[in-house]
Amino acid sequence: MKYVFDFAWLGQYWPVLLKGIGITIELIAVGAVLGVALGIFCAWARALGPGWLRPAITAYVELIRNTPFLIQLFFIFFGLPSLGLQMSELQAANLAMIVNLGAYSCEIIRAGIQATPRGQFEAGASLAMSPIQTFRYVILVPSLQRIWPALSSQIVIVMLGSAVVSQIAAEDLTFAANFIQSRTFRAFEAYFVSTAIYLLLAIALRQVLAAAGLLIFPRRMRR
Amino acid sequence: MIEFSLWDILRNLLLATRWTVLLSLVAFIGGGLVGTLLLFMRIGKRRALRLFARYYVELFQGTPLLMQLFLAFFGLGLFGIDVPAWLAAAVALILWTAAFLAEIWRGCVEAIARGQWEASSSLGMGYVQQMRYVILPQALRIAIPPTVGFSVQVIKATALTSIIGFVELSKAGTMVTNATFQPFTVYGLVALIYFALCWPLSKSSQILERKLNVAHRNH
Amino acid sequence: MSLIEITEVRKSFGANEVLKGINLDVEPGEVIAIIGKSGSGKSTLLRCINGLENIDSGSISVAGAQLQPDEIHLKALRLKVGMIFQQFNLFPHLTAGGNVMLSQMVVKKTAKPEAEAMAHKMLERVGLAHKFDAYPDELSGGQQQRVAIARALAMQPIALLCDEITSALDPELVSEVLAVVRELAAEGMTLLMVTHEMKFARDVCSRVVFMHQGRAHEIGPPDAVFSNPKTPELKQFLGML
Ligand SMILES: Nc1ncnc2c1ncn2[C@@H]1O[C@H](COP(=O)(O)OP(=O)(O)OP(=O)(O)O)[C@@H](O)[C@H]1O
Ligand SMILES: [Mg+2]
Repeated sequence: MKYVFDFAWLGQYWPVLLKGIGITIELIAVGAVLGVALGIFCAWARALGPGWLRPAITAYVELIRNTPFLIQLFFIFFGLPSLGLQMSELQAANLAMIVNLGAYSCEIIRAGIQATPRGQFEAGASLAMSPIQTFRYVILVPSLQRIWPALSSQIVIVMLGSAVVSQIAAEDLTFAANFIQSRTFRAFEAYFVSTAIYLLLAIALRQVLAAAGLLIFPRRMRR
Repeated sequence: MIEFSLWDILRNLLLATRWTVLLSLVAFIGGGLVGTLLLFMRIGKRRALRLFARYYVELFQGTPLLMQLFLAFFGLGLFGIDVPAWLAAAVALILWTAAFLAEIWRGCVEAIARGQWEASSSLGMGYVQQMRYVILPQALRIAIPPTVGFSVQVIKATALTSIIGFVELSKAGTMVTNATFQPFTVYGLVALIYFALCWPLSKSSQILERKLNVAHRNH
Repeated sequence: MSLIEITEVRKSFGANEVLKGINLDVEPGEVIAIIGKSGSGKSTLLRCINGLENIDSGSISVAGAQLQPDEIHLKALRLKVGMIFQQFNLFPHLTAGGNVMLSQMVVKKTAKPEAEAMAHKMLERVGLAHKFDAYPDELSGGQQQRVAIARALAMQPIALLCDEITSALDPELVSEVLAVVRELAAEGMTLLMVTHEMKFARDVCSRVVFMHQGRAHEIGPPDAVFSNPKTPELKQFLGML
């Protein structure tokens, strides 16, 4: 093998990478917050919500979990405009990530809700709280705490999966790598560097989520 | 301009689905073999191998599959071979699948080992014997549902190989869209075909899981 | 008019009829012990009064308000009747104070300072003012149950339902909870309690209800019920046969 590795392009192109990193972080920040919010709503609807809503949520969850994220993204970005829903690349990327994480986190959070002892629901009810109030103030936080590690892993998976939003020209980290390789013809080096950055981002995201867990759930779980 | 009927679209997509299925099988079987190897390194006695397997898994689970595909595609190219997309796709997917399967299976082995280890070592068995006769047979049983479940991830992961130019279902979707200008219909159908492939596996995994849980409770 | 009026209440789980026409009127300030074998329907009766189970027929009213299974009626009823459970059911993510404050703020929309003051007062009443900031898993079983009592009291109910509230406690912790209940009784709180503490029932209660196979088999003042049971079932239950 005569290939000589060359990373000299980094000197010129690091701002491009930096911008890509920024967008990837932005995507996962928005996607995680809104995706988990959607997941909480769906988990509530599926476990405790009105009967008519449950089949719709189930269909949504099954559809998302059994199709590739790439196709969801293409459907949203290329398909929805024919229904008059036009959006920018970043909006489509955001929406796709929210919809995707919403479905996965729904299932994870639902498991947390179902592991709640029945007495917690009854204690809430006997204190004259409505079912929604009981869910909001009594059930939700311990349920989230129970499944926080699984939810964190899923958020990391969605962050790594977000690499494909470059395919609709959302200018994330992968888009930056594509751009650099097309200019420098240093494809392997460009992807090598961005892969390393993704690895660091994943490690950092795990740390952030663990810290967030400590912040949201200051107490260790009983049992 | 040619008119495409729904049937034309669907036929083209279904023809490409063959490649999705084939690539999934290759990735799953190849990944299973490499994954087994990794598993034995991971739970084995040699520290260096254990560490290697651990970092391998961490690396492949901590980076985007798309990047792994790019690196396989361009990395193999560095050896001066003109790499066909299918080869890069198969290599990357096998290595990626192996990491996840090894990790899933390690969880199963450890779940069994926790309870059984002392029991079997008190019977005077060696490490290999314990593994062979006590741990692995049981671990295999509880490993089936999550393994079936992961096959769904493999099928979905093959969609990414379209990006390096392998023509399977997703790539066909893009090509048909470019010819028909009907992205809503085409990507809708593509999604439904993936769903038809994945959903039965998801359901089987759930059913197997439930059966296993019932069996465990009846013990 | 009685405070709690239970008339011909029936309740089935599938084919299993658990309550077979219960009649019981409770006057304000009465302390009623419900005794009976396991499975006789004691818990189910209490849970029906609190609307945790829907009754199949008959009626329950508390202070003139009818029990009905819609959210508005249930809320009105539960504001009048508090319930304390065998397993305490404290909220694990909130401190003792937080447990007592939560429903005041959420249900009654009490402002935080008032809710906090009330929580202090109620914890004081059960002897746990110093545990305001402790989490449930930092408290003993007896302390947890006393917090649960404080939590129910903070809603200012006119009656309390207690379902075997000392059964999950280590023996040495039973008395501290019973002491609190005794005090409540002395202050005139209306109490309906399922209990196995016969001595306590005898000392504190105004009436004892013996439940057998889904019926209020024998009702009377403790002396009559314990010393002079009329039915063979009660005699057997009390170990007199
Ligand atoms: N949610 C339920 N579904 C079906 N059956 C139930 C349910 N709750 C109670 N039962 C049945 O109703 C009967 C009465 O139960 P209940 O809990 O009221 O008895 P209990 O008198 O409180 O007994 P214990 O002293 O053991 O607490 C039992 O046969 C029980 O199996
Ligand atoms: Mg009971």
